[in-house]
Amino acid sequence: MPPFALNGIFEMLAQILQQLPQQLLNGFVLGSTYALFALGFTLMFGVLGVINLTYGFYFSTGAFLALYATKTLALPIWLALPFAALLTGIIAILLDAILLTPLRRKKAPELSSLMVTLGATLLLYTLMTATLGTEIRRLPPGIINHAAITFGDVRMNLSQILIVAVTASIVVALLAIVRFTRFGLSMRSLAENGEAAELMGVNTDAVVRLVSFISGALGGTAGVLIGLNFNAIQPYMGEAMMLKGFAVIIIGGLGDIKGALIAGLVIGILEALTAGFISSELKDAVAFLLLIVTLWYRPVGLFGRAPVKRA
Amino acid sequence: MSAFLDNFMFSYQAVIFAVGVNGLLALSMYAVLAVGQLSLGQAAFMGIGAYVSALLTLHLDWPFAAVLLAAMIVPAVVALIIGGPTLRLTGVYLALATIAIVEILRIFLNASSFTGGALGLSGIPNKTTVLLIYGLLAVVLLGFILIARSRLGRAMEAMREDEVAAGVMGVNLPMMKLGALVVSAMIAGLAGALNAHANSFIGPNDYSFEHAVTIISFALLGGIGSPIGPVLGAVILTLLPEFLTSLQDYKLVVNGFIIVVAVLYMPRGILTWRIGRVG
Repeated sequence: MPPFALNGIFEMLAQILQQLPQQLLNGFVLGSTYALFALGFTLMFGVLGVINLTYGFYFSTGAFLALYATKTLALPIWLALPFAALLTGIIAILLDAILLTPLRRKKAPELSSLMVTLGATLLLYTLMTATLGTEIRRLPPGIINHAAITFGDVRMNLSQILIVAVTASIVVALLAIVRFTRFGLSMRSLAENGEAAELMGVNTDAVVRLVSFISGALGGTAGVLIGLNFNAIQPYMGEAMMLKGFAVIIIGGLGDIKGALIAGLVIGILEALTAGFISSELKDAVAFLLLIVTLWYRPVGLFGRAPVKRA
Repeated sequence: MSAFLDNFMFSYQAVIFAVGVNGLLALSMYAVLAVGQLSLGQAAFMGIGAYVSALLTLHLDWPFAAVLLAAMIVPAVVALIIGGPTLRLTGVYLALATIAIVEILRIFLNASSFTGGALGLSGIPNKTTVLLIYGLLAVVLLGFILIARSRLGRAMEAMREDEVAAGVMGVNLPMMKLGALVVSAMIAGLAGALNAHANSFIGPNDYSFEHAVTIISFALLGGIGSPIGPVLGAVILTLLPEFLTSLQDYKLVVNGFIIVVAVLYMPRGILTWRIGRVG
């Protein structure tokens, strides 16, 4: 082999090695956004047993509420975030009461709840687009410092750090709540068997409302932070995220919090590496190819239990 | 009279084609819903059929019958790959996995220059006739009615009502689900091929998630107690926006609303009678 070709390969390798830490970090942040988004979604499935497709709508709603809070009410972001999360949580309770509680009472098959939220999503997005328009909106420029902070070879900005920190604290908080609190115990009992939980004195309606609220608030939080990071807010932002969300929760195992975190990070890192070293067009296909591989080799996901219906 | 008919056909040809194609799509949805499953990938199966058929016609100039056959086989294979592993799990997995096909197809079609990228394929010769669409619709509908009256149809109904009980009674659940999904993908692919050869243009955005949801609304409006219901739903939801033009902008709202109301308040759809049993 002529020496210059070898040189070329070395140069290429050196370049890849040089870019690798930044690409990995970008992937880690992207993965955190996927995990952040998927947490509320997977919690809702884990406890309530429904795939609630309106979750993507909570995401968009949270982002728009933060936009309203920071622009019209001129609140700072650390107040706008809880404001948006709180209101989105309340909206989630209302939507659950209208769409899913009647089906729960009727003991309708689980696919009915998926279908009703599917129809509702289409309805809600179309109404949202009709009132808010499809143009991309931005949060006020001074709301957060977008300047990059350098750590050695890699750069990161404040909103990215915020996403990673919030995702990590939510995961820890959720796991702690589920494992150690009385409410966590009632959630687990509801997930196991709703009727038995009710007979044992668990106020299942209250647990359902609280879980809806938490999921909605988490969806809204994800919307605010991701809207802040990409600095682009529009009604359909939830739908694009939702499609990734499906991949994350299936790969992680439906209803599993740790699984959602790990699957989110894996997808994010693989996407960043694909975009960085192969092709940015194929980036979005990564999650879905991984999804199909998961379905073939471990259909219940990384941490899932066999969800086979038994008599 | 003939002149009137020609005139009528000329003005309304697109709508007449659309009703037939949507009728086929509604039946493809019925095949899956009838065994108590949900596929959100009908638009993708349709898209695969449309692109396979258009490419075969444009590049290889295959005879139309062979093109239609290929447009049914390729989506069926995709359905096997996607659906195969999910069928021993609960229906949620199939629903979510089929969403993945819609997305993969969209990404692939937009990125591939072979399929014309975001611009799609144009100049597809018009080979679809009204007789062909409605003939095939009638054949598929008749086939489903005959199935509904048979032992197989009773097994499907049993699965829809209570999967566990049906399994205990000896219904081979994974085989039934896989069969339903494959048949459904074939019909959707056929509809896609017919539509591609009626419109002369196809693009990646014709087979979106919204379209998949619209196909579900056909079946839920009509009701899945019999195969006639979904076809009726497709006819109504295709013609309604044509007559009420002010409704056109709100088509998605109407479809969404129909799904919500149908699931919550009229789970059997508007056509509630069932096909009688024989033997």
